[in-house]
Amino acid sequence: MKRAFLPSLLILLIIVTWVSLSFGSVAVSVVTGISDWLRHISSREALIIGEIRLPRTLLALCVGAALGLSGAALQGLLRNPLADPSLVGASQGASLGAATVFYFGLLTGMGALATAIAGLIGAMLALLFMLGLAGSGRPSLVILAGLAVSTIAGAALAVVLNFAPNPYAMQELVFWLLGAVSNRGMDSLYILLPALIIGSALIWDQRHLLAGLSLGDQVAESMGLSVARGSRLIVLGTAFLVGSSVSVAGNIGFVGLLVPHIVRPWVGHRPDKVLLPSLLVGAILVCLADIIVRALPAGQELKLGVVTSIIGAPFFLWLVWKERKQWL
Amino acid sequence: MALISVHDLTVDTRVKHASLELHRCEMLGLIGPNGAGKSTLLNAIAGVIESEGKIHVEDKDVQVLDSKHRARLIGLQPQSVESAWSIDVNDVVELGRIPWGDSDQNAIQQAIKWTDIEAFTHRRINELSGGERARVWLARVLAGRPQVLLVDEPIANLDIHYQLSVMNVLWNYAQNNHGVIVAIHDLSLAARYCDRLCLMHKGNIIAIGNPEKVLNEEILSDTYGIPVHVNLKHQPPIVIPG
Repeated sequence: MKRAFLPSLLILLIIVTWVSLSFGSVAVSVVTGISDWLRHISSREALIIGEIRLPRTLLALCVGAALGLSGAALQGLLRNPLADPSLVGASQGASLGAATVFYFGLLTGMGALATAIAGLIGAMLALLFMLGLAGSGRPSLVILAGLAVSTIAGAALAVVLNFAPNPYAMQELVFWLLGAVSNRGMDSLYILLPALIIGSALIWDQRHLLAGLSLGDQVAESMGLSVARGSRLIVLGTAFLVGSSVSVAGNIGFVGLLVPHIVRPWVGHRPDKVLLPSLLVGAILVCLADIIVRALPAGQELKLGVVTSIIGAPFFLWLVWKERKQWL
Repeated sequence: MALISVHDLTVDTRVKHASLELHRCEMLGLIGPNGAGKSTLLNAIAGVIESEGKIHVEDKDVQVLDSKHRARLIGLQPQSVESAWSIDVNDVVELGRIPWGDSDQNAIQQAIKWTDIEAFTHRRINELSGGERARVWLARVLAGRPQVLLVDEPIANLDIHYQLSVMNVLWNYAQNNHGVIVAIHDLSLAARYCDRLCLMHKGNIIAIGNPEKVLNEEILSDTYGIPVHVNLKHQPPIVIPG
């Protein structure tokens, strides 16, 4: 069963991608659309697939992959099944960065990329601040420092929202924060994709540390692993993943928390073996959630982040219930 | 040539100028009261904590080796190990290959055989009893095939059946052309299994040599602060509070 899991996920990923490309208010041929778009033929198919559905699908896949992988890495690092990317303060830092750009009208020369870049910088600053505050990769300190940073960033974000220059700016900000992958264009991918590659590479390089840490710092050190340095690299990798996905697609909650739990019954609990499947399941899940968003009746669009939260919240309650049963 | 030689090893005030040697096929017992510095000494030799002094494995100065290479030569099983996740026993044993960066099935299967845990390799670590778990932890470190195996109190909290089973695994590993240093509180078992003993007190090595030399009623009574009765002629040897 374990061996068949990864190939099954790949097949599922291809199916979901295909469905996402074919699904929409207008029926078009995916193959014609992609081939026309690649050959720069300006047909109706090329416009719909290449300019609208392809960026949206790729973005959903990349954001999902980033969130799924970062959740698996953080849960492994902190040895805590309730760990989530927003725990280290990256999500809130990214939100604050982008909101600040809206508020002060900074980076206007960069056009649509302004919020994305500001979000990425916000996440990096939040993470650097968190690492400085924690002083080490020790789980309890990372959680405490992450909580402090996210609280500060959340307070600052509330101030920015409170003093938003006009109702439109505020609405735009709130909608962005709710999370979506629609109307983003290929430009967003140019930010997300390199960050996804760098972040994933940093985490993958430390997979042995994640495995070794399951038996504690002392065992990990005795096996020749550098716990302090490796933990920092994992946190940095997570910053790349979460910062870039939040800056491009806003807050898409619960994916990082939920995905590793879906994966574990299939591949076992060893943190290094959870990484790759979590990346794939994250991609599939967010792409599916985006298809649900599109399948809902037109009019007032339900945001992607809201859909993942509606799916994720009951799961979180179940996790707390399961944990509680162990102690009561 | 000694398999491992430790010279003038010092860790702040916890271990002071410790020197010892261990040969192939030899099992050295590290004994002494709580707080004597046994765990600190083992951790320092394994490179888990910083120390001053020299450590050589045969002709290699381990302090200049990179940490992975050092971990291939010296394996450590710390005093208390817990798994944060509900991992399969097989996966736990495979973790022992991390210093090598592979998952050599030969080494893993051999470690499983040495520790006699074949019956529950597909169970999860948190479902096992304390005694079964102790042998799985040992299998983990043995899978790395370290030349020198350091084990910190492996039989604390185990029943007498598992105490003997763990000590037999360690003794057999030493006989397989390796070296074992084990920190142990049970002096009778130390006398029974160890070729030589090293008595520590307040960070110093007080006595080192064969059990007949170290397990001396006068030295032990001085060190532990209570009368100690020793009868090494009895089979198995007896060392108990007097």
